[in-house]
Amino acid sequence: MLAKRIIACLDVRDGQVVKGVRFEELRHAGDPAALARRYNVEGIDELVILDITATLEKRRTMAATVRAVARELFIPLAVGGGIRGEADAEAVIEAGADKVSLNTAALSEPALISRLASRYGSQAVVVAVDAKRAEEGYAVYVRSGTTAAARDAVEWAREAADRGAGEILLTSMDRDGTRKGFDCEMTAAVSSAVSIPVIASGGAGAFEHFVDVFTAGRADAALAASIFHYAEHSVGALKQHLRDHGIPVRI
Amino acid sequence: MIALVDYGAGNLTSVQKGLAAAGGGVIVARSPADLANASGVVVPGVGHFAATASLDETWRTAILEGIGRGRPLLGICLGMQWLFEGSTEAPGCPGLGVLDGRCARLEDRAGTLKIPHVGWNALSLVRPSALLDGVNAASYVYFTHSFAAPVTDAACAVSAHGDTFAAAVERAHVGGVQFHPEKSGDAGLRILRNFVALCSR
Repeated sequence: MLAKRIIACLDVRDGQVVKGVRFEELRHAGDPAALARRYNVEGIDELVILDITATLEKRRTMAATVRAVARELFIPLAVGGGIRGEADAEAVIEAGADKVSLNTAALSEPALISRLASRYGSQAVVVAVDAKRAEEGYAVYVRSGTTAAARDAVEWAREAADRGAGEILLTSMDRDGTRKGFDCEMTAAVSSAVSIPVIASGGAGAFEHFVDVFTAGRADAALAASIFHYAEHSVGALKQHLRDHGIPVRI
Repeated sequence: MIALVDYGAGNLTSVQKGLAAAGGGVIVARSPADLANASGVVVPGVGHFAATASLDETWRTAILEGIGRGRPLLGICLGMQWLFEGSTEAPGCPGLGVLDGRCARLEDRAGTLKIPHVGWNALSLVRPSALLDGVNAASYVYFTHSFAAPVTDAACAVSAHGDTFAAAVERAHVGGVQFHPEKSGDAGLRILRNFVALCSR
């Protein structure tokens, strides 16, 4: 049976993980490769590196980070943040990323999705959708959540899938950082509308939240960052909890 | 050296890295002549079956000639499907035909599954094989595909997503895996090491 995936997200700036890191015993706590190694040992199913660097040197720094993480990691690796076109995608894929995650660029130039899908395969193209509840439906935002895109998340996810996206990474802006749980209603709405996998993100704060998003939320995968930064919330313990609740996971 | 066939179907970085981690020396083969001195051949590939049309007659001749000499071959994902007679994904595009049967789209008969089949799924080992030697029963491996090969006597492991399909095949020194061993953690690395060992014999 296909397992539900647990994905860890590393926010990286200038080659260093910037969110709080729980592995204090690591000599280089902020080193993405060291953290990736640790998550891998714990049984993480996939990693996302989110580039939050904003310098001109970005592409080169990012490629070096991806290369360092990919060197000894043999699970899927996605890279997102600031992928503006084919050249950015090529740089991180050649450095060892298996997937690129497009957000703003996909909305401003939807044909980019098809171009990357035909060049690298749909499995390599993730479209990230940042959305929050609106009066009606779910409003999509771009530029790190600062600009309304005048699109509905369900409708945009459907278009992205039609254009060749292999997965949707759906982040609830309402829940992001709150640790109050995923937006299961929004996740279920998007997941039911597309035949490609939907990765739920935003709001993970307790193991129960993952159970909810895999059942009520109909998510295929769940992504979290900060929950794994505390020692009491290891990936292994989360997976055991999910298995105890009848959710298929890779242990 | 193991030749990794580059026919333009996707990026080879991960496969190359996986084989290297498994102890194999790898050359990227951009033309059939590059296969001449290879100790083994890997045919990777992602995407549409029609992409295998780039494996034209000269490639096929070189690959078949190696198989005839007993050189190990490993097809990965689309590369495994290509070992069969063809696929309903591109009916006009013949596979290599060293394995009987045709690949077909996974069907969601119950209406509850997502196609493509993306993620970690469990292997069910159906018979001993050199490729999967030492791989634990019910190991999880990473898949990403919509089409799959039928379960024939070539199958050494199966998996299920709606339909049960061939997850790994082996006939003599010709093998294939529908999943991505280079992305399947320790189980995947074990399979790559097994292949590297076959190539060193």
